[in-house]
Amino acid sequence: MTDASTPETSPRGKPSSSLLRQDARTKKRNASEARFRTYGAVAIGIAILALVALLGSVLYNGSSAFRQTFIALDIYLDPAKLDKDGSGDLEKIAKVSTFGYAPLIKAAFEKEFEKPEIGVEGLKSKDAAKMISKEGPAELRRYVLANPDMIGETVRFDFLASGRIDGYFKGRVTMESAERDKNVSPQQLQLADQLKDAGLLRTKFNPGFLTRADASENRPEAAGLGVAILGSFYMVIVVLVLALPIGVATSIYLEEFAPKNWLTDVIEVNISNLAAVPSIVFGILGLAIFINFAGLPQSAPIVGGLVLTLMTLPTIIIATRASLKAVPPSIRDAALGVGASKMQSVFHHVLPLAAPGILTGTILGLAQALGETAPLLLIGMVAFVREFPAAPPEGLFDPAAALPVQVYNWTQRADPAFVERASGAIIVLLVFLLLMNAVAIILRRRFERRW
Amino acid sequence: MSAGLVILVVFLIASAGFYLGRSRIIRAAGGDIRKLHSRPNYYGLTVALFGAVPALLLTIFWLILQPVYIENQVSKQIEPGDIPEGGSLSLVMSDVRRIADGLDVAVADGVMTEDKIATLDTDLTDLRARLGEVGVAVASDIKPNVFGAATVYRELASGLRMAMAVVVIGVSLAGAAFAMLRIHPGYRARNVSERAIKALLILSSSVAILTTIGIISSLLFETLHFFKLYQARDFFFSMTWNPQFRGGSDLGILPLLWGTLYVSFVALVFAVPIGLLAAVYLSEYASKPVRAFAKPAIEILAGIPTIVYGLFALITVGPLLRDYFAQPLGLGNSSSSVLTAGVVMGIMLIPFVSSLSDDVINAVPQTMRDGSYGLGATKSETIKQVILPAALPGIVGAVLLAASRAIGETMIVVMGAGAAAKLSLNPFEAMTTITVKIVSQLTGDTEFASPETLVAFALGLSLFVVTLGLNVLALYIVRKYREQYE
Amino acid sequence: MYDTLTPENAVEQKEIKIDAENVQVFYGDTHAIKDVSVKIEDKTVTAFIGPSGCGKSTFLRCLNRMNDTIDICRVEGKILLDGEDIYDKQVDPVQLRAKVGMVFQKPNPFPKSIYDNIAYGPRIHGLARNKADLDEIVEKSLRRGAIWDEVKDRLDQPGTGLSGGQQQRLCIARAVATEPEVLLMDEPCSALDPIATAQVEELIDELRQDYSVVIVTHSMQQAARVSQKTAFFHLGNLVEFGETSQIFTNPVDPRTESYITGRIG
Repeated sequence: MTDASTPETSPRGKPSSSLLRQDARTKKRNASEARFRTYGAVAIGIAILALVALLGSVLYNGSSAFRQTFIALDIYLDPAKLDKDGSGDLEKIAKVSTFGYAPLIKAAFEKEFEKPEIGVEGLKSKDAAKMISKEGPAELRRYVLANPDMIGETVRFDFLASGRIDGYFKGRVTMESAERDKNVSPQQLQLADQLKDAGLLRTKFNPGFLTRADASENRPEAAGLGVAILGSFYMVIVVLVLALPIGVATSIYLEEFAPKNWLTDVIEVNISNLAAVPSIVFGILGLAIFINFAGLPQSAPIVGGLVLTLMTLPTIIIATRASLKAVPPSIRDAALGVGASKMQSVFHHVLPLAAPGILTGTILGLAQALGETAPLLLIGMVAFVREFPAAPPEGLFDPAAALPVQVYNWTQRADPAFVERASGAIIVLLVFLLLMNAVAIILRRRFERRW
Repeated sequence: MSAGLVILVVFLIASAGFYLGRSRIIRAAGGDIRKLHSRPNYYGLTVALFGAVPALLLTIFWLILQPVYIENQVSKQIEPGDIPEGGSLSLVMSDVRRIADGLDVAVADGVMTEDKIATLDTDLTDLRARLGEVGVAVASDIKPNVFGAATVYRELASGLRMAMAVVVIGVSLAGAAFAMLRIHPGYRARNVSERAIKALLILSSSVAILTTIGIISSLLFETLHFFKLYQARDFFFSMTWNPQFRGGSDLGILPLLWGTLYVSFVALVFAVPIGLLAAVYLSEYASKPVRAFAKPAIEILAGIPTIVYGLFALITVGPLLRDYFAQPLGLGNSSSSVLTAGVVMGIMLIPFVSSLSDDVINAVPQTMRDGSYGLGATKSETIKQVILPAALPGIVGAVLLAASRAIGETMIVVMGAGAAAKLSLNPFEAMTTITVKIVSQLTGDTEFASPETLVAFALGLSLFVVTLGLNVLALYIVRKYREQYE
Repeated sequence: MYDTLTPENAVEQKEIKIDAENVQVFYGDTHAIKDVSVKIEDKTVTAFIGPSGCGKSTFLRCLNRMNDTIDICRVEGKILLDGEDIYDKQVDPVQLRAKVGMVFQKPNPFPKSIYDNIAYGPRIHGLARNKADLDEIVEKSLRRGAIWDEVKDRLDQPGTGLSGGQQQRLCIARAVATEPEVLLMDEPCSALDPIATAQVEELIDELRQDYSVVIVTHSMQQAARVSQKTAFFHLGNLVEFGETSQIFTNPVDPRTESYITGRIG
């Protein structure tokens, strides 16, 4: 600490040292300073690294969900199988079950095998037909029922390839793994390669991922997010319709009218505590009150919407109160000063000025609701739903899925193809959240005032 | 007439009332609105409020009470013999409801006619198939009494629905007419409608309280129910968690509590130092461009839904920890583990800790920093010896809030921690938490009267009490801290 | 009016402690200090006076580089402490501030015990070899701060619990504890009542025995009471600098005269 070589001593009994040289202690202190600073930078680094890893993992695993392998086949819609007596009677055609369409695909493969460049030794057309998704015959049937006059013609269909074939082109399935897999054989994979060379098999953008309903365990390739997106949309609408007016009304009352008494205090404490109640508890509430007591249906968007409303209400109230508080009292005084009633001053002046902040808070609350999973698990949103809900308001009572719950659902399935789809669903969810946040930021930037 | 339609009619009456009231008062004033006490819109509003509010309140109460009443009436139809072995009245009642709904759908789709249903008493086997056609699956054969109950249910439901429509619309019209007759130019329409609006505001504020009451009562009610079936002492002190479908389960909370606390502890050990240092770095050291980039980046972490973290734990962190740490070290080979869930939850809590710490650090007055710099302290000395001790209560509050979030977090542990209830110290082993078990006990197809299901409510109540306690304590500490510098 | 001036005011020239030459300070685009040159003597109380916003506090904060903590602040020119440029690249502001202590407008004791408040500086600068040493430094500093008798029985109680005047004297004692050579005081009495002000002023006069004290004040009477040299700042310019008695009785510049007679300010 001291520099003994400096002869000059100050009257304060301490040797005076030069500023231009760092003494040993200062060096030590500066080293500790640098160390501490590095810790901080490392902490930031870890946080950002975690963000990158999180988003990277989702993008890496999920981006392939938007592309799917399709196999194009010329299907001869055989009247002998679909319309035995040739009457063209729709009722009778409808009697042919999905199962009855499978031979058409088999036949199409037999036809392909006539080409010299296509065909793998030991692979029968029956096995080749298994390369097509189990959804394929159902698609054929739907097409025929919609266009019965096409019976007897040959039509080119773009079928979804089965999950394993799709996995082969996405690197999930290899020749070695196919040896051990009872759902796919190396021969099928060889045939897939040949089909690819022949231009019949292509991997392309799959709009079905966004529009189709969920599919069962053994046909991951056909599973889509349609019902989940619609269900989430319904719930967000319910939350918006309920939480916004109730939240704004509560905030206006607490901020502008409420007398300072114990009741107001109770409400205030209550709201700040509700904001921190674990979301799963709201699920229990929904199950006990809305489903068991009120008898609302399980898996319905209305119940999900109600539960999420109660959950997001504190968020919206807190945001709304903050923006009401930000409007300076002078505005209220000015309105009261020209003879407006308290109510008029609030609704004509304060509320419009606070509107951007309220909207921003509401959008963030909706984003929170959109991403919430746990309470929805308890009110039956995990159910396997293949039907699209009807249009509102009846549709609000139909069973539906929700985006985040769909993700959870898919992670619980055995087929590894669902990992890709779960990650893909997360990407869709994050895109929605990003859009909502972007709108909130734009609103804030454009309309927020600083007083 | 459905409830939605009734509400729509009420709104139509209210808006018609608005225009009629408005034009009536203008006419009464001879077209000179200066003669009125309030502006014409307020007279309209008064009429509209009188038309809509009582009717809508009535609708809400009706909709809440009707099912309860119907349930009461219909359950009288069910005899003890109709309840299958091991089943319960509530299960039978849900069958009744499903059959009744199915019949409605069948009639609407034209598969059946009302006449046919009336004569159906004799032949119930066909009914099941018919209901299946319209997409209503009934598990077992339909017993005559159940069908009878369903018929009563339908009759009551349609009768009451009709009654509700008549009564509600009647109330609405009466209210609007009453207000129409009352208004005159001297009538204080603004005061009346403002008072009504204020009442609506107060009503909205009560939703928050009602939510809390709902949470507490539903948790308490079912928990008491649970403790009737299962010893409270065993629940709180038993060291095993082993639910059985056939009864005789061990439902001790301790292993779950241990898993919960262990995962939360790992998460906090990860999140608190990083979050705190990140907050310190951002508020005291970072240059403007670094802050402009890093702050939003960390905030993005806060906006990501927990399901995303759950998936991250499941497909990335879990396998990574297993392949590179647990297996080489011989500590286990499960990808879901306390460490997996803890680390991922820690990442989730970083922005939470850092933004709360940022708040408390910024609340330390600048003069305090100046005082320290003025004495020749370096930044880190100032932070470590002046700012952090000064901000300590606030930071403690922040950590408590983070702990409460960690304890209540569900998706990350559901997907990352595992399902085996264990009392173990090995962080690479899968353990389970309270929230995981709430989900698993309530999502299965277990019936609603068994202790295995009801235990979820007792778990929920315990969770609620713990997190609420932590929150109240944290908010108290933070508030005390804020007051110190205000 | 000026009879409180002590006879020492007119004594011989002392050693120059701080020599500022052509100092310019910018806050972003604002030119806050314009070409100020001033020589501050050892064992003297120098007062900076002027209307608010004239730059006197800004200039004071340049003397121990407290302005470094403000991002947008830029200092040009030369400030020499014992002949060494304190804005030299090799100078560590931490080391500088140990030599040039500072007391602030608002008393700002740390939320620690009285003892720890005083011991903070000696601890970070490593001035005490052991606990006994530290005890001694604390007692000495509290005595120098003229507050020892009031707090000696409650050294372990928080410094924030003291009255305003006591807090400010505690802060002065805290500054003294690091054994600085120069003591900067930024309106140290503005938050205090008259009695506390009188105690602090008395303390400043005592400190002059050992230190070079620079005090910023908005009160002309205070400047006249405690200082031997006075600098008058106006709009970022140093208008006049000289013996306090001369500034107050016979100012050269008309602006100084306007200010001390109350026409501007």
